[in-house]
Amino acid sequence: MALLNVDQLSVTFGGRGRKDSIAVDGVSFTVDQGQVVGLVGESGCGKSVTSLALMGLLPEKGVKVGGRVEFDGQDLLTISRRKLRDMRGSQLAMIFQDPLSSLNPVIPIGIQVTEILQRHRGLKGEAARKEAADLLDRVGIPDPRRRLKEYPHQLSGGMRQRALIAMAVACAPRLLIADEPTTALDVTIQAQILELLKELVDQEGTALLMITHDLGVVAGICDEVNVLYAGRAVESAGRRELFAAPTHPYAHGLLGSIPRLDAPRGEPLRPIRGSINDKIAWADGCAFAPRCDYYTMECLTGTPELTEPRTAGHQVRCVNPVLPKAEVSA
Amino acid sequence: MLRLVVRRLLQLIPTLLGLSVLLFLWLNRLPGGPASAILGERATEAEVTRINRALGLDEPVYVQYWRFLKRIFELDLGTSTQTGQPVWDEFVLRFPATVELSVAAIVIAVLVGIPLGYLAARHRGGWLDVASVSGSLIGICIPVFFLALMLKGIFAVELGLFPSYGRLSTGLDATDITGFATLDGLLTGELDATWDAIMHLVLPAVALASIPLAVIVRMTRASVLEVLGEDYIRTAESKGLDKRVVRGRHVLRNALLPVVTAVGLLTGSLLSGAVLTESVFSFGGIGSFIRTSIDARDYPVLVGFILFIAMVYVLINLLVDLAYSIIDPRVRVH
Repeated sequence: MALLNVDQLSVTFGGRGRKDSIAVDGVSFTVDQGQVVGLVGESGCGKSVTSLALMGLLPEKGVKVGGRVEFDGQDLLTISRRKLRDMRGSQLAMIFQDPLSSLNPVIPIGIQVTEILQRHRGLKGEAARKEAADLLDRVGIPDPRRRLKEYPHQLSGGMRQRALIAMAVACAPRLLIADEPTTALDVTIQAQILELLKELVDQEGTALLMITHDLGVVAGICDEVNVLYAGRAVESAGRRELFAAPTHPYAHGLLGSIPRLDAPRGEPLRPIRGSINDKIAWADGCAFAPRCDYYTMECLTGTPELTEPRTAGHQVRCVNPVLPKAEVSA
Repeated sequence: MLRLVVRRLLQLIPTLLGLSVLLFLWLNRLPGGPASAILGERATEAEVTRINRALGLDEPVYVQYWRFLKRIFELDLGTSTQTGQPVWDEFVLRFPATVELSVAAIVIAVLVGIPLGYLAARHRGGWLDVASVSGSLIGICIPVFFLALMLKGIFAVELGLFPSYGRLSTGLDATDITGFATLDGLLTGELDATWDAIMHLVLPAVALASIPLAVIVRMTRASVLEVLGEDYIRTAESKGLDKRVVRGRHVLRNALLPVVTAVGLLTGSLLSGAVLTESVFSFGGIGSFIRTSIDARDYPVLVGFILFIAMVYVLINLLVDLAYSIIDPRVRVH
């Protein structure tokens, strides 16, 4: 059985007098121990909300969360807040997008690391400081003893993200959720951070849920990929299958829109036209239809189901999947 | 750190010089003067001239100013035209009362305001939030002297719970050492005197605390709400920390940064502005003295007071900056 089993997760934001807005609309995926699973999609597709729902970090008021999130056999959505608090940081941990704003600006890095050691591992005083220094050292921060006394603004961007990773892995969590961990960093640092995450997964057997809009990150690290659009998975496949044969028109478009270094000079970029529209619901048909190049009237007759038009395990939510010409005529 | 302090103190010199020039020009332009204030409406020309000569007001304004400057380096602010006593002595006599009152007011405002603002933010939209926000609006709107009169009328006159005027009960044998009535009692072991002084402080301090309290409640509330939405609070939650740690170490610590600045500035304004409250409760501080000095056109007192207050403001601002550099590492001075 998978370590994390997300089944029909849905998140709806609503408030007094405001119309409900569906951010996540029945997303299902699994993450095994030692596996890296990607959630990919553009801004507003529900990636981050999914991750916050898993961690129980969504606001309590005005949010409805449905479905099941089974972690090690327990449903994270129904266990007590207190139990979830005990699990956060120790069993489940998260790395955030913007390392500067994610660190408390007025508290030394050291305390921000030791506080989690004290909470979950009962380490105090010098023992906690030593462990914190070891952690910083492990994530590649030089001179960790000195860094413990420093404040977030005294560290570089990459260093801050390393510090956040150190906090996340401090209690050897079984599942690590990384929400766009490289977005705020420049490219060389991005590569180093991905390398670090990969190392942690390989050494510790941690499961990693990677949330990103960067297909380069996906290609570099993920075993399985879920492409999200408007709160639903539109394509789920192994990394090789996805990159070799993107089948949903959206995934196809995403991969097609990556600028290529070997393209002839002057060749225009190929974007997906339009932008995501949260007023279009899946209930009335395919939410991607207005932006789709393969769109037919059939797309609007009902919600498309996940099917496996190519190979087993390669799921696509589309009535007109992008298939090689030969297969279409067959 | 030391360089900052020295630089700020040096900046005080041009500030005070500029201010004193403005004051001299401005007071010189005012109609009337100490002479007509002392002599009344039917003063003869000859009497006015005599008094002006005695006070040195017959000379050109730049000569007066020069004399003033020379004196000020000996910490001599001149002589009050009302009482005939040195201005400095008058301040020393009265300022402790004002400090005592201001400190009591700001302590009340902080001790009530910060928890109230914090709870209001935590229970946003709840009854406590609505009550404290509308209550603080009322607190800002009610004129302090009116509130002072109401408090005095109800709690001192009607209910008789607190004394209605003064700093100490008449007939109480209290030794005066520092000028701070509450402190003197503790120093001499006359605890009844301290208690008496505290009872005298309650009503004026509550009246004076109303506006700072309202400001602090609102600032704390807004600041806590802002911090609650910060990414680092989410990080703290994601670490599964105890609620107490998240609230104390992560929320409050950051939310109180702007409040510290506000408390400093409010303290400065209290030290200069307790005029009405002191008058209502005959509190014998510097505020009521200034009021009579305005009536009496007591120029030396007014100039001295305004310069003094300017100095207090600068020093308090300096203290706030120093405090800030301790609590916020981002602005720490090297």
